[in-house]
Amino acid sequence: MNSQLRRLRAELFATPADAALSLVLITLLGLGAFGFLRWALTQAQWAVVRVNSTLFAVGRYPVEQQWRLWLLTALLVAASGATWGLLRAHPRPDRTGVRWPRNDRLAVGLLALIALAVPWALALTLAIQSRWWGLLLLLVLCRWLAGRHGANLSPTGRRLAALVWPVIYLVGMVLISGGLGLVTVSPSEWGGLMLTLLASSFAILLCFPIGVLLALGRRSDLPLLRWGSVLYIEFIRGAPLITLLFLGQNILGFLLPGGLAPERVWRAAWVLTFFAAAYLAEAVRSGLAAVPRGQLEAARSLGLSYPKALQHVVLPQALRVALPAMVGQFISLLQDTTLLSLIGLLELLGTARTVMANPAFLGRNGEVYLTLALLFWGCCAALGLGSRALERRLDPHAVPSAT
Amino acid sequence: MTRAGLLALAALFGLMGCAAGNESPGSPTMAKIRERGRLVCAVDGAVPGFSTVGPGGAFVGIDADFCRAVAAAVLGDATNVEFRPVTAGERFVALSSGEVDLLSISSTHTLSRDAPGGNTLSFGPVFFYDGQGVMVPRASGIRRLRDLDGKPICVESGTNTELNLADRMRELGVAYQPLRFQSGEQAYPAYEQGRCAAITSDSSLLAAKRSGFKDPAAHGLLPELLSKEPSAKVTVQADPAWADAVRWVTHTLVQAEESGLTQANVEARAAAARRDASQAEERRFLGVEGDFGRQLGLPADFTVRVVKAVGNYGELFERHLGRATPLGLERGLNRLWTRGGLHIAPPFR
Repeated sequence: MNSQLRRLRAELFATPADAALSLVLITLLGLGAFGFLRWALTQAQWAVVRVNSTLFAVGRYPVEQQWRLWLLTALLVAASGATWGLLRAHPRPDRTGVRWPRNDRLAVGLLALIALAVPWALALTLAIQSRWWGLLLLLVLCRWLAGRHGANLSPTGRRLAALVWPVIYLVGMVLISGGLGLVTVSPSEWGGLMLTLLASSFAILLCFPIGVLLALGRRSDLPLLRWGSVLYIEFIRGAPLITLLFLGQNILGFLLPGGLAPERVWRAAWVLTFFAAAYLAEAVRSGLAAVPRGQLEAARSLGLSYPKALQHVVLPQALRVALPAMVGQFISLLQDTTLLSLIGLLELLGTARTVMANPAFLGRNGEVYLTLALLFWGCCAALGLGSRALERRLDPHAVPSAT
Repeated sequence: MTRAGLLALAALFGLMGCAAGNESPGSPTMAKIRERGRLVCAVDGAVPGFSTVGPGGAFVGIDADFCRAVAAAVLGDATNVEFRPVTAGERFVALSSGEVDLLSISSTHTLSRDAPGGNTLSFGPVFFYDGQGVMVPRASGIRRLRDLDGKPICVESGTNTELNLADRMRELGVAYQPLRFQSGEQAYPAYEQGRCAAITSDSSLLAAKRSGFKDPAAHGLLPELLSKEPSAKVTVQADPAWADAVRWVTHTLVQAEESGLTQANVEARAAAARRDASQAEERRFLGVEGDFGRQLGLPADFTVRVVKAVGNYGELFERHLGRATPLGLERGLNRLWTRGGLHIAPPFR
């Protein structure tokens, strides 16, 4: 304790100038925090968030079909837990095989706090609250099981286990939209956080392959391919996203006879995808440029075909270099989904607009925007954390830990 | 592509559609609605009292209920509506491209929107009489527009509102300072914090926003209006039969109020009219006599279905905008013609 105090003093109050600066900053921070807390605890009326929590979560999704979304959440939670456990059972080279490192214990504690506090703060019914606890238990259980038995999994088994994610994505699509015996829920009834995550995950997943192809196309020796890619990338990068969204929503209705044009939600998701692909292509191209030419030549001279050389030698290195830029792109894509509210879709911001216009909640803008900011921050923080973990895992210079 | 280009495209496809479906008389839009079994109705989704989404996910408001009334008339079931939130900027394109059957959004009826050389839309009867108003703090002592000389006024930039304000103030010779904001979400807090002496917008919206203020009673609307904003429901010009059906659903709501028919009593009154041949006018209105419904391509008793589903105009107004709601709007010009207002339904005969 004493040493920590001494460290604090050394860091904040080393010289008189430092001390003055620290005092001013601490006072300002304190005043800000005090003002915010006073507003949040005494003036803010949080009923607007409590009453509309379902709307913020899933939009106008029919109540009697919401069990499908709970099921999907449970599947996602189970898969996350299992993946988490497997990663710990096969630790990266610079880590010893600690089953429950400190970060993991912290994460479980934090999640437990969220699972207990959020449903309580939203005054959800006991039945719904217990579902949150159930999800937490499921996560910890899967994490524990996979961490314990994951080490015995063969490499083939691990590769198969990774396939769980695309399978869940497809199952999730069916669960959300219906079909295969389930009641169809039209995309016009999707909304809230669900629509935000759906649109952004769809765009993130699809823009990646398209972006890589575009980047390869731009470096290709075939003039048609090269100029086609350049034209596409420069056209998309030269147009604001909102213009493209309006184009997608309005022109398709004229060009395709009624009924043939895809649902508005999908039109918007495709526009997001094609938009993000152009930017991603540039990020990937920067990665490709960072790989020395000798790498490709060496691979070719070893007898690898061009696609094989790309797949096994060039792309893994290029994508690793491009990863931070790509994740930055994904995060801004997630935030760009707020533009969907301008074309009348009820994603998070669209839901917020209609909630703030509800005569019963007029003037509650602060509460609603703060909630939105927290939700977006949570999603972006998760993306950032995931990418940093991935970067460390892919780091070729990681030294095996001595301990 | 320009809007003119879009409209040309729309007209082209419209013509192709006509050529293909010429053999069936009546309304292609109504045929489309019946085939898919639901009405696709555009609403704004974020205008207090007119259309918002309730906590349960249902659209609430007078505009949303109008969609239900039309669905009740055409399909016999007020729940068969697919609500399409569209923004002010894209509402007319959504309509002319055939994405939606009907605009149930406060759209001021103007010449250029109506005329064949303009937007090629078809406007129904006026559904809501609004006007641009000015709100001031009651304690400020400002009673007339002239009192705003030299004072800052909050206004949303790039809107008709800003234009109307400038026009009127120039007429009056009042030098004011416009404080322009990108959106209402910025303008109203600025006004409430006292950054401007007044704020201007449609009167209904001012009243709605006022109800969200910390002290609503401390703010009042000036008696002068800067513009008239009669808003109506909009359909495409290419389908006059559909426009007629929507027009007479509006008239039904007004006539029902004039005749004292409500959501609660309409069925009993219809049964009574069926028994009593002397109530000629009521028998015609409720579809017991004559074939007015068929002439519109609607069921004979469409008026009963409409009132049963949403009530009459007065009930709609009081439910979503009136004194008992947080908005607390006065009926004002929106009273019936018999009570000094402007709403009048032509005879059902």
